Amino acid sequence: MLTFTIRRLLLSIPTLLFISMVIFLLLQLAPGDPMAQVPLTVPPEVKQKMREALGLGQPIYVQYYKWLIQFFWVEPQVFLDWATRETFLLGWLPDTNFSTFIDPDSGAVRPVQRIISWQTRSPVMDIVVQRMPQTLWVVGLSYIVGILIAIPIGVYSAYRHYSLFDQAGTFVTMVGFSIPPFFTGPLLIVVFSVTLGWLPSIYDTTHVVTDWASFKVQFFQMIMPVMVLALQTTAQISRYMRGAMLDNLNQDYVRTARAKGLKETSVVLVHVLRNSMIPVVTVIALGMPAIFGGAIITENVFKVNGIGQLLLTALFANDLPMVMTLTFIFAILIVLFNLIADVLYGLLDPRIRYD
Amino acid sequence: MTEQATPASPVEADIEIYGALVDKVPSRPPRSQWIDVWQQFRKHKGAVFGGGFLLFITLAVIFGPFLWDVDPKALDIRNKNWRPIYQLLFDSEAQAGWAHPFGTDQLGRDIMAQMIAGGQVSMAVGWLAMALALLIGSAIGVISGYFKKLDFWLMRFTDLVLSLPILPLTLLAVTLFRQPLNARFGPEGGMFILIVGIIGLTSWMQTARIVRGDILALKEREFILAARSIGTRSSKIIRVHLLPNVISPIMVSATLGLATAIITESALSFLGVGFPSDFPTWGKLLSDAVSRMQEFPERVLLPGIAISLTVLSVNYLGDGLRDALDPRLRGR
Repeated sequence: MLTFTIRRLLLSIPTLLFISMVIFLLLQLAPGDPMAQVPLTVPPEVKQKMREALGLGQPIYVQYYKWLIQFFWVEPQVFLDWATRETFLLGWLPDTNFSTFIDPDSGAVRPVQRIISWQTRSPVMDIVVQRMPQTLWVVGLSYIVGILIAIPIGVYSAYRHYSLFDQAGTFVTMVGFSIPPFFTGPLLIVVFSVTLGWLPSIYDTTHVVTDWASFKVQFFQMIMPVMVLALQTTAQISRYMRGAMLDNLNQDYVRTARAKGLKETSVVLVHVLRNSMIPVVTVIALGMPAIFGGAIITENVFKVNGIGQLLLTALFANDLPMVMTLTFIFAILIVLFNLIADVLYGLLDPRIRYD
Repeated sequence: MTEQATPASPVEADIEIYGALVDKVPSRPPRSQWIDVWQQFRKHKGAVFGGGFLLFITLAVIFGPFLWDVDPKALDIRNKNWRPIYQLLFDSEAQAGWAHPFGTDQLGRDIMAQMIAGGQVSMAVGWLAMALALLIGSAIGVISGYFKKLDFWLMRFTDLVLSLPILPLTLLAVTLFRQPLNARFGPEGGMFILIVGIIGLTSWMQTARIVRGDILALKEREFILAARSIGTRSSKIIRVHLLPNVISPIMVSATLGLATAIITESALSFLGVGFPSDFPTWGKLLSDAVSRMQEFPERVLLPGIAISLTVLSVNYLGDGLRDALDPRLRGR
């Protein structure tokens, strides 16, 4: 298993390189010019200088190489420096200084070049780190809520196969599958914010939880974005849960368990459920990146300033380094969760052997 | 050679010998596979409704403009902000009437005509993108299943494409390539080609995987060996013997592809990177209406319901097709 994990980890490196190259070339082919917003009064030779200052005068492979270096070498160094300086976990270590170098000309200590956003002129990663918690809160919570709703529904509708509950459950999951989040979002806003006035329609990310009252505000503003995302998750996972339970309920070991007089609850909830969870856990891991993609739309509907919204604004502002980095972060998530799904599958099911 | 007493006809002799074995009922011609499929399909109520609704909405957007011949782009600023006709039930003062059954928008454009025009675009994008994805997916699946040399590389390629972040990349491609295509094919045509192309190019992978798996299994069967042993060329084996046998997984993934394509197009329009603003599609109508949904919730509801119902019916259709085309489930 360990060798398999290591092999998969090594294989994911060329995958990620390929993906980064696709994204990079796509951006290179694009006709967008970061100087398009610069006033027309700026003379062309100055514009050319500005372009070169942004690193655009170099050949494509140099630009790509520099981006790779910055993403895979410089940014981890900056992260390490920050970790040894400020975090509790690594703060006891002596402070490292990977991210600075001594200028040979002047002898002054200067920070290394990081990926700089064209919009804000600040390092891309700093902005991403600022935006990440909002997305993680909404996305992560919605995923957990979705799974918690989906598993009981799937178990019960498989156990009472073709019952009214099963039929209704199938219909509801089909509907949840089909209604896109950009429709459920506004629909919920119309019903719960506009008509009933129970919930706020905009997610306020500056809100800080200090006491019970502010926690309630936070809870209420999270209900709608979380539920919109959770609906999709629930629909998908309860389908898989139901299918896996149906496959297992007819197996011989279930009959054996019943024959030796086990209670029905322990047959279903211990024997069958545990075996049915194997494929479902894989689906849960594989669905994680898709939910981040879905978060782009949900964040837009509820005005959550997470990374999805950051990607959209960066796209409209022609901020290529930001777009490149964010898209690549999405790609890393996909590759990572594919890997996790494969490894989990092997760990949970002793019959699966990757040799 | 000695003369042999030949029976009058071989048939009569057979009847004499095997008479007891002949069925009492005259034998019927063999049933076609598609009759079986249709009978199984008919049992799935949701699938029949889904197929019917999909047919209805497709015909409605094709023939709708002939029946409701109001120009969707005609401005009528005096009659702006009409409510839909059902509003009269709750509120007899409401500005509504049969002249505009679904009401008019803030510029006085007829919403019913816009819904029909938007549906045309959405459905056209859906069908074409699905067809493109199927074409690429089946081609790659068949080639990598049939030709062992290409299999490894094509499947690695498929895996790589599967691990691309689709929605961010689609957003990226649409924003970046809008200008050159618009310059060449006009703002609407360019966007149409771009969206169909991108959705097609990013959703063929599942089809390719399923088709490859089926081809790998079929390739080892005797009828392929027989075809090859009489000297049939590979291209003909693929066309005549393999493709008809993988038609059912292709059809099932076609329904899924249609649903995804419609949703993706609407999502792009919703995020504001889709078609130009005065060009109606369901997603565009929805996203334009979101800012005014407090006063006019129906403008969000109508396109939203149209998208959702279409996708729902396509999903049900796919569910039914999967059951009907699977011979193990048939007849149960």
